[in-house]
Amino acid sequence: MFLMKTLRAGACLALLPAMALADPALIFDLGGKFDKSFNEAAYNGAERWKAETGGTYKELEMQSEAQREQALRRLAQAGANPIVMTGFAFGEVLGKIAPDYPDTKFVIIDMVVEQPNVQSVVFTEEQGSYLAGVAAALASKSGTVGFIGGMDIPLIHKFECGYAQGFKATRPDGQLIINYTGTTPAAWNDPVKGGELLKAQVSQGADVVYAAAGGTGIGVLQAAADAGVLSIGVDSNQNHLHPGKVLTSMVKGVDNSVYDAFKAGAEVEPGVKVMDLASGGVSLAMDDNNKPLISGEIAGAIDAAAKAIQAGEITVHDYMADNSCPVR
Amino acid sequence: MERMPKWADVILTPLISLVLAFALSALLILAIGESPAEALKVVVQGALGSSYGWGFTLYYATNFIFTGLAVAVAYHAGLFNIGGEGQAAMGGLGVALVVLALPWPHWALALPAAAVGAALMGALWALVPAWLQARRGSHVVITTIMFNFIAAALLNYVLVNLLRPVGSMDPASASFPAATHLPKLSEMALALGVEWGRNTPANISFFVAVAACLLVWLLIWHTRRGYEIRAFGKSATAVRYAGISALRITVLAMLVSGALAGLMAVNNVMGEAERLVLNAVEGAGFIGIAVALMGRNHPLGVLLAALLFGFLYQGGGELALWTSIPRELIVVIQALVILFTGALDNMVRMPLERLFMALRRKGA
Repeated sequence: MFLMKTLRAGACLALLPAMALADPALIFDLGGKFDKSFNEAAYNGAERWKAETGGTYKELEMQSEAQREQALRRLAQAGANPIVMTGFAFGEVLGKIAPDYPDTKFVIIDMVVEQPNVQSVVFTEEQGSYLAGVAAALASKSGTVGFIGGMDIPLIHKFECGYAQGFKATRPDGQLIINYTGTTPAAWNDPVKGGELLKAQVSQGADVVYAAAGGTGIGVLQAAADAGVLSIGVDSNQNHLHPGKVLTSMVKGVDNSVYDAFKAGAEVEPGVKVMDLASGGVSLAMDDNNKPLISGEIAGAIDAAAKAIQAGEITVHDYMADNSCPVR
Repeated sequence: MERMPKWADVILTPLISLVLAFALSALLILAIGESPAEALKVVVQGALGSSYGWGFTLYYATNFIFTGLAVAVAYHAGLFNIGGEGQAAMGGLGVALVVLALPWPHWALALPAAAVGAALMGALWALVPAWLQARRGSHVVITTIMFNFIAAALLNYVLVNLLRPVGSMDPASASFPAATHLPKLSEMALALGVEWGRNTPANISFFVAVAACLLVWLLIWHTRRGYEIRAFGKSATAVRYAGISALRITVLAMLVSGALAGLMAVNNVMGEAERLVLNAVEGAGFIGIAVALMGRNHPLGVLLAALLFGFLYQGGGELALWTSIPRELIVVIQALVILFTGALDNMVRMPLERLFMALRRKGA
C-alpha cells in the first residue's frame, strides 16, 4: 500500500513539473484548442493575460468524456486557481466535484452551475445573432439568406432563432434556409460538409450565410468566398479569413471572460455572469476587412437595433427558454 | 501440421507488431521535437503506474471487452459487424430508459434490468441489418455502418427533444437516481479495507464483462448453436446443405453480437456518466474491431487485447493531458497500433511462420 501511495504521489509530481501554486488553468472542450472559433477565443484570452502579466497558466485538451472529472480533480489538487473551462458539457461534472474543493474557484462558460465557488458565464447569443440577422437582411440582394449550424443541439438553435428574428423583423417577406451539419460531435469539425451545405444553399438563392458551426464554419466561409456570396462568422472575429467577403462576425467575448477570470485570479466572483449586448459580451465585428461591405444604411440599422435591444424596446426571444422559436 | 507453435501465434506475433508500432511512434515523437522516452514514461506511469491509472485503464478495457466480443461473435459466423458504435449507443438508450422509468430501490435490481434493456436495444439495432443480409443479400458491412448514423441521429433526437431536462443546455438525459449508481471498484476495494483507485470510473461492470467472455466461450465452443455459427462462418453453402437455416444463424449471431455491444452501456452510461450523454460511446465500437482482430476472436484474446487498448487509451489520454504532445498525434499513435496489429498482421506473421518452419526443418 505504501508503495502504491509513493508511486501515485511521484506520478502527480512528475506530471506537473512547471505548475506553480495558484496558477490559473484553462480546459478546452472536445472541439480542441485551435478550432478558429469558440475554444480558440478562450485560448486568445488566456494568451492575452499571459502577454500582459507575464504569468504562466496550465492548459488541457480533453480527449474523452471520462477525462473531464479526471482533469478537473487533478488541476484542483495541483493547486490551480481559478480553473476555467469552456463548454456546457462540463456542467454536470463540475456540479459534482466543486464541493470537494471549496478553496478553488471554477469558471464555466456557456452553462450555469450553482455552487458557491463557481462563476457561470453565459452569453446572450440570441441578441448578437439578431444583429447578424439584421445585417444579413440588408446586405442580401436576393432576399434569401442561409444559416448553417454545427451539431444539432439546443445551443445552436439559440443562434439560429436570434438570427431568424433579426432577419424577419427587417425583411418580413424574406426567405431563410436552415441546415445543420450533423448529429454527432464530428459536425463541429467538418469543413468539407460545411462547404457543400453552403453550395446547396447558394443554389437555392441564398447570398448571405451565417455559419454557427465551430471548425465547420471555416469551410462555409471558404466556399462562400469562392462562390462570391457573403458569409457571417461566429464566436471569434473571422472577418480577416477572407477580407471583403465576410460580412461580419458575431463575436462572443469568450476571450474577455477568460482574461477577466485569469486577471481576478483566486478572487473570481462566484455567481452567474450574463454577458449581453450591453456589457459587450456579444457584438458584431467591425474592422477594416469588412468596412467596404457595411454601408451606412446597414451600420445605422445595426446600431438602432442594438440600442433598441439594450433599451428593452426589442426583446429577442431566447430559444432555450421554451425550446421553440416564434419565427422560422 | 501447425505452422508455428501456439505461443508464437498468440503472443509473439502481436508483441512484435506492437513493438514495430511503438518504434514508428517514437520516430514521430522525435520528429516533432519531443522525447520518446519521456512520452513512454508518461504513458506507462499514467496507465499502470498507480491504482488511479489502473482504475481508468480497467474502465476503458471494460468498454472494449464488450465491443470486442461483439465483433468476435459475428466474425465466427463470417459476418463483419462494424455497427458496434450504433449498437452501443442504442444500448445506452436502453439503459437510460430502464433506469429512469422506474424508481429502483437498489442497484442490484437495477443492474440486471438495465443490462437486459441495453442488450435488447443493441440486439434490435443489429436485427435489421442481419435480416437484410440473410433475406436480401444487403451486406452487413454496409448496413451496420449506416445504422451507426441512424443511431446517432435517433439518439440526438431523443436526447434533445424527449429526455433532456427543460432549460438544460446539455443534450443529455437527467442524472440517474443515486440508488441506481453502480458500485465502483474503488468503493468495493475500500469495503475490503484497501484504498485503491479513488475517483476512478472502473466499476462492477468489469466483472460483467469478464462473465460475458466466459459465456461467449461457452456459446461458441460448447453449444450446438455455437457449432452452427462456426460452421456457417467456415462455409455457408455446406451449412445450407446440411439443412441449417442461414437466416436463423445470421440473425442469431447478429443478435448476440448486437446485444454484447449494447451491454457496453452498462459500463459507460450506468457505471461512469450516470446519465446518458450524446457522445457516450466515443469510438469504442470501432476499437472493438481492432480488439477482436488482435484477440484472434477468442474471448481470452479479446480480454487481453482490451486490456492493451485500455492501457493505450488511458496512457494516450495522460499524454494529451500532461505533455505538449498534441492530442492529434496520440490518435496517430493509436492508429499505428491498430494498423500494425490488425491490418498489417500478415507482415509479421508470414516471416515468422517461415522462420519457425525453417527451424523445424533444421530440428528434424
